[in-house]
Amino acid sequence: MSTKTFPHGIHPPEFKDLTADKGIESLSPPEKVMIPLLQHFGKPAKPLVQKGDEVLLGQKIGEGQTLFSASVHSSVSGKVISVDNYDHPGGTPVPTVSITNDGQDNPFSEKKETKDPFSFSPEEIRQKVREAGVVGMGGAAFPTAVKLSPPKDKPIEILIINGCECEPLLTSDYRLMLEAPEDILKGAELARIATGAKRIIVGIEDNKKKAHEIFREKIQSFDFDGEVALLKTKYPQGAEKNLIYALLRRQVPTGGLPFDVGVVVQNVGTAKAIWEAVSEGKPLYERVISVSGQGINEPKNILVRIGTPFKNAVEFCGGLKEDVDILVMGGPMMGIVQWSLDVPVVKGTSGILAWAAPRPGLEYPCIRCGRCVDNCPMTLVPTQLARYVKFDDMSAAEKWGVQDCVECGCCQYVCPSKIPLVHWMRVGKNRIIALKQKKSA
Amino acid sequence: MTNNAFILQSSPHFKDKDSVPKIMYAVIASLVPAVAASLYFFRFRALVLLVSCVATCLVTEALFLWLRRKPLHSLFDGSAVITGLLLAMTLPPSLSVELAIIGAVMAIAIGKQVFGGLGYNIFNPALVGRAFLQTAFPVAMTTWIPPATLKIQTATFATPLGNLRFEDAIARGTLTPLKDLFTGNVGGCLGETSSFALILGGLYLLSRRVIDWRIPLGILLSLTAFTGAFWLANPEKYASPLFHILAGGLLIGAFFMATDMVTSPITPLGTWIYALGIGIVIGLIRLFGGFAEGVMYSILFMNAFVPLLNRYTRPRILGEGRKA
Repeated sequence: MSTKTFPHGIHPPEFKDLTADKGIESLSPPEKVMIPLLQHFGKPAKPLVQKGDEVLLGQKIGEGQTLFSASVHSSVSGKVISVDNYDHPGGTPVPTVSITNDGQDNPFSEKKETKDPFSFSPEEIRQKVREAGVVGMGGAAFPTAVKLSPPKDKPIEILIINGCECEPLLTSDYRLMLEAPEDILKGAELARIATGAKRIIVGIEDNKKKAHEIFREKIQSFDFDGEVALLKTKYPQGAEKNLIYALLRRQVPTGGLPFDVGVVVQNVGTAKAIWEAVSEGKPLYERVISVSGQGINEPKNILVRIGTPFKNAVEFCGGLKEDVDILVMGGPMMGIVQWSLDVPVVKGTSGILAWAAPRPGLEYPCIRCGRCVDNCPMTLVPTQLARYVKFDDMSAAEKWGVQDCVECGCCQYVCPSKIPLVHWMRVGKNRIIALKQKKSA
Repeated sequence: MTNNAFILQSSPHFKDKDSVPKIMYAVIASLVPAVAASLYFFRFRALVLLVSCVATCLVTEALFLWLRRKPLHSLFDGSAVITGLLLAMTLPPSLSVELAIIGAVMAIAIGKQVFGGLGYNIFNPALVGRAFLQTAFPVAMTTWIPPATLKIQTATFATPLGNLRFEDAIARGTLTPLKDLFTGNVGGCLGETSSFALILGGLYLLSRRVIDWRIPLGILLSLTAFTGAFWLANPEKYASPLFHILAGGLLIGAFFMATDMVTSPITPLGTWIYALGIGIVIGLIRLFGGFAEGVMYSILFMNAFVPLLNRYTRPRILGEGRKA
């Protein structure tokens, strides 16, 4: 079977063997959880509880306010001690519900679903997914219900289940694929029903052959039209637009969405969350994360409650080594650095990584080597874009496609001059947004 | 470990180990065979010119960094050493040290630093230095001595290309044999004579992915096509493409000069146009120009187009032009 791939991209060291063979362990819920009301792409949820309220496990504590928002649920049973701004792994403090855990895990009683989950209508599935606060669990945390609602004029042909996990170090998706393949496939089938897709393609990188074998075997017992595709191990194979191109040779139009080419992509963890939301009405209050890196004493994959401080997760994995000097949420290519272990695990936390980083090297002037151009998976010209942004020529930056940058970091990875190219892309995007807001105001 | 000791930076947090100095030192390493060949064929003359060019380039670079209040660490990035080496390699072995020093000052001062130093120059600095010497001291720059290995004493000595162009070598049957062009046992600039040494260095650069393979390939393709067409039409008058590839500065130009990252395009299409253009212009000058050799001018000529090529050959963005 041939492996599929996209042009360009890079091969960073993987370090996946640190955790690939470690089964998922459960971290017992902490004494106190801090649950941010913004854990997704979009508007923060509106708090439904206040200080002093008793809450139950899975009880909704924040209501998603608009379509591009997601509800938030309690991950323990206990008492609300504050609803206030708190540090968030994204960088800025956000309104956060802090709850002391009574250790009972008393579930929020709602009548159990008895109906066959596969008999639900697309709208019912979307409703349950929205109610459970499910968001994309690959990292971007886009509200899943929105992704399951294709516009009427854009019929969906194919649902892609993203099992690439192309970021180095992370293995949480891999473990899920080994340990819960049925749940993922059932969730995929529900997503297929909700989007009206005709086919399902599960895409797995060829460094996860075991997961590929399991899925090829398990998919036989499902009666949907499905396929398990092997993809070349290359970063960023799991980036939505590159994955669609690799599997289907379709190009998502500039500024468009996968809907535009009849495709919906869901991460394997999200598929599992969809299954749990629809079949058991279980809200997204826990997730699997990889705690890994050379700076973690006992790297592991763990199931943690949302709102658990990073500190608890790291201590469960033997704590940090002495020489650690970088702490990252997410993968090493797109993750966000942390300055504290007090921030909580959120829905988009795919990993907590720590290692001893080499001191940043000297930044040299661009020597026009063109490696950023040769490796950009979006075929942009990063060095030129960075230059336009630096000199504040925003119309040129826009024309040369700064907004198409997915911030995967390939350009900066290969840059011999150590120029912070991705940083300049972000500056450029923000400036363009600010200019547009000014114009419309 | 205290909490606030973590490094704060924007992603990505993994970076490739390659760096500007590593690239520069790889280029220097790749020149070792050609430098060795020049020492073998031109002995003491080669040593004198190599040392004076490299030393002058370093001194000039340091002076300009100091004048421009720039950190001196970039003196050690290797780029000035390369300019010195490449300039020396393109000089006639008989050139006096004074002229070599003038060329080296011009290479760094006018070729590189006036534009803003590393990364900002438009023209290949070594070739700027050489072009200055060629214009200011045309006789000294076209006076050739035979390699030490030939053991002949002669007042005038022609390079293989000069012989072809001005001495009617094909008709007289005195065209330099390809074997001599390959080993380097011929007259010419210090570092251009031994094709074998240059190919060795070029292959190293290609295997380390330091240079863009499109550039040497593009130059060889277009030069072969151009000279090949004339050769097929009239082999009595025109030399074969293989002769043109092995003779003169073609290989050092294709592997070490045209591939200078700073002065070549960054887009794939731009790079192809640039490389094919160099090959054509070399062919034009060699076959119909006033000089026997055209590598230097053709590279400088195409260098001038690089900013335009970059601007008008932007690759199509994934999904660009597709309807939403």
